Amino acid sequence: MARVLINFAHPALEKSRVHQQLLAAIKGIKGITFNDLYEWYPDLDVDVAREQQLLERHDIILLQHPFYWYSAPAIIKQWMDLVLEHGWAYGHTGKALQGKYLGNVISAGSAESGYHPEGRHQYPVRDFLLPFSQTAVLCNMQYLAPYVIYGVHRMDIEDIRGVAQNYRNMLEQLRDDKLTPEALTRLTYMNEALQLPSQTR
Amino acid sequence: MNQHSLLFQSMIYLAAAIVFVPLAKKMGLGAVLGYLIAGVIIGPSVMGFIGKEGEDIMHFAEFGVVMMLFLIGMELEPTLLWRLRTSILGLGGLQVLGSAAAIAGLAYWLGQPFNASLALGMILSLSSTAIVLQTLNEKGWMQTAAGQSAFSVLLFQDIAVIPMLAIFPLLASGAAGTTDVHESSLRDNLPAWGQTLVVLGAVAAIVVAGRYLVNPLMRIIARTRVRELFTATALLMVVAIAVLMNLVGLSSALGAFLGGVVLANSEYRHELESDIEPFKGLLLGLFFIAVGASIDFSLIMEEPLLIFGLVLGLMVIKGIVLMILGKIFKLSTDQNLLFAFALADIGEFAFVLLAFSNQVRLIDGRLSAMLTAIVAISMALTPLIMLLYEKVIQPRFTRQAPRGNERSSDEIHEKNPVIIAGFGRFGSMTGRFLRANGIKCTILDMDSDRVDALHNLGIKVYYGDASRYDLLVAAGAADARLLIVATDQYEQTRQIVTLAQKYFPHLQLLVRAQQVEDTFELMDQGVLHIYRETVDTSLRMGADALRMLGVRAYHSERAARTFFRQDERTLKGLSAMRDDKKQYLVSMRERIDEMEKLIASDRIKTWLDEGQGWDASSIRDEVRGEAES
Repeated sequence: MARVLINFAHPALEKSRVHQQLLAAIKGIKGITFNDLYEWYPDLDVDVAREQQLLERHDIILLQHPFYWYSAPAIIKQWMDLVLEHGWAYGHTGKALQGKYLGNVISAGSAESGYHPEGRHQYPVRDFLLPFSQTAVLCNMQYLAPYVIYGVHRMDIEDIRGVAQNYRNMLEQLRDDKLTPEALTRLTYMNEALQLPSQTR
Repeated sequence: MNQHSLLFQSMIYLAAAIVFVPLAKKMGLGAVLGYLIAGVIIGPSVMGFIGKEGEDIMHFAEFGVVMMLFLIGMELEPTLLWRLRTSILGLGGLQVLGSAAAIAGLAYWLGQPFNASLALGMILSLSSTAIVLQTLNEKGWMQTAAGQSAFSVLLFQDIAVIPMLAIFPLLASGAAGTTDVHESSLRDNLPAWGQTLVVLGAVAAIVVAGRYLVNPLMRIIARTRVRELFTATALLMVVAIAVLMNLVGLSSALGAFLGGVVLANSEYRHELESDIEPFKGLLLGLFFIAVGASIDFSLIMEEPLLIFGLVLGLMVIKGIVLMILGKIFKLSTDQNLLFAFALADIGEFAFVLLAFSNQVRLIDGRLSAMLTAIVAISMALTPLIMLLYEKVIQPRFTRQAPRGNERSSDEIHEKNPVIIAGFGRFGSMTGRFLRANGIKCTILDMDSDRVDALHNLGIKVYYGDASRYDLLVAAGAADARLLIVATDQYEQTRQIVTLAQKYFPHLQLLVRAQQVEDTFELMDQGVLHIYRETVDTSLRMGADALRMLGVRAYHSERAARTFFRQDERTLKGLSAMRDDKKQYLVSMRERIDEMEKLIASDRIKTWLDEGQGWDASSIRDEVRGEAES
């Protein structure tokens, strides 16, 4: 069984329709550690030792967050800046994360069609996530294909419930090694592995 | 209508108190004088509502004194006695001895028998604990040197009553005709030594009962969890002691005092105290009313010159003795005068002792009645004398800040970038934080006890008043960069700020403020960094409360910060408004209204503004709008 850590970040979860449902769906799944960064560090003062210990105890690290300004909420950056220390995560002696997997779980407002050369955002989501994938490489980790939930602005509550259930299934499969992370690194989006429609509407 | 019914009497007493005490306070006369005036008015001399002869009122009213002495006794912790031992024994002992000797000499010279003179000296050497403590407290003089000295003397006097009551029968046995006493106390038919023995036995009984019976009894009462029973037990204890004391012909006040002392170490001390406290105040008021009512005006009319002459003479004698003692014990002149003025009167114990010595035929009835009037008049004069002191004498002495003691400032041998004035609960936190970060601070504090305690902890703190120019210079204000003002008293804070702005304009000031008014004033003075002392903590508490109610941590944190910012802004806005009007006193009502309005509008705005960047609702509406069009 793979040990999965979800580092979650949403500065205003009380306003989020999607992530509230996602959290409700994955609540209490065995073998999965849920780490709510804004709840732990409302003053952005990240406890580095705690975070490093959590990373050491898990194989697959997922960053679950809304896709804000083509990136993650501020605390994820703060977390990366502080926790991924030189000599621990990277550098000659930095082998703590070697062989582990890193991935993003993202909700995006626009439909997938927006992330095309002709679309409003001009580039695919995967391109915007370059800082994450390269960070994984530098830290001797493998970057998983991102799991993207597109078009949340247009979803109604039924859509969201369906999306949340899919997310739960994905996590359970990851945990039970039915989805091998090794295989996931070769995909562009994790959605493909689950044969999910990447775009709900 | 039966004018002697308890209810009617109570009504008269209470109504008189309610009418005259506020009036007296309004005129600056103090509560005690108000009660006395009330007594005179409703007494036999003026309206005649109470006490045809003016004698049996005292009996009931004495209960207030009993309560007070019980409480005073309870205050007598061994540590307090030990701390004040020099002033109690030295100052108190010498005062009683000196005054008693002087007055006894006068009485003997005026033709009284030797034993009676001795008794009179002792009786009249006492001062009124009730009036003096009450007045000192009311005027806030309790913590001054004079107040502390007066307290010590009063303490000694209260204790001295015990041996006096034991000695009086012995003195009386020397006089003629002590045997034909027809009172009904237990010891009347005993010889003098037997009477002394009974007194000691009663005292011993109280001590033993207090030590071994009270705690178990209180434990049983406490277990019933009926709050009133506690009060009832406390009252029962006082009453029982009073009754026992009356039974053996002793003063019930004295017994209560003793009972209080015995109970001072009881684990239920604070419960007892708080239960009896309200009764004390009321009954003491009743006592003062009774004193006022018992002043025999016909006697005064008969011989006004003699009586007022005696009052004046006695008080002058006592005052002189007190002044000499004050000089010996190094009180400064203004404090010495206050000390002498406060204690020159004759106390309520005199009533008790007069009645007692009349009973054992130590002094005759007419003299006793006359002295009762004298004592009452002198007690009534005390608040007036204190008023005289406050209005006429005190202003003659330049208003020096009362210094706890005459300790001189410490020499300072270091120069640091930061000076902290005041190292109490506020400044110490800032100081420790800076020290932990390797910043050296020169710390000044005016509380000598605290300075000593910190020395023992190995923290270097200099004793001294930072509102003095020379001390700031010595602390290196000319070279320092920051001055942190964290003093407990705003008045001092203000002085330090003014001083620093005038002589050390290069210093950056960081100032602690307690009240909103202080903050405004500091803003007016141009202080940029003001720290209202409890704002941060209370908001942190508020944020935690939100969190415990299920609000997300980050939201709570931001809400607190937003509120803080808004509050500071509101405060500055209000301060500016105050300036614009060029009017120093903006009415409080206006300010509160303004504040509430601002907060209310902010609340709406703040919560809507919060996290708008993350709020997808408007963008969602837009996206949906596009889809529809």
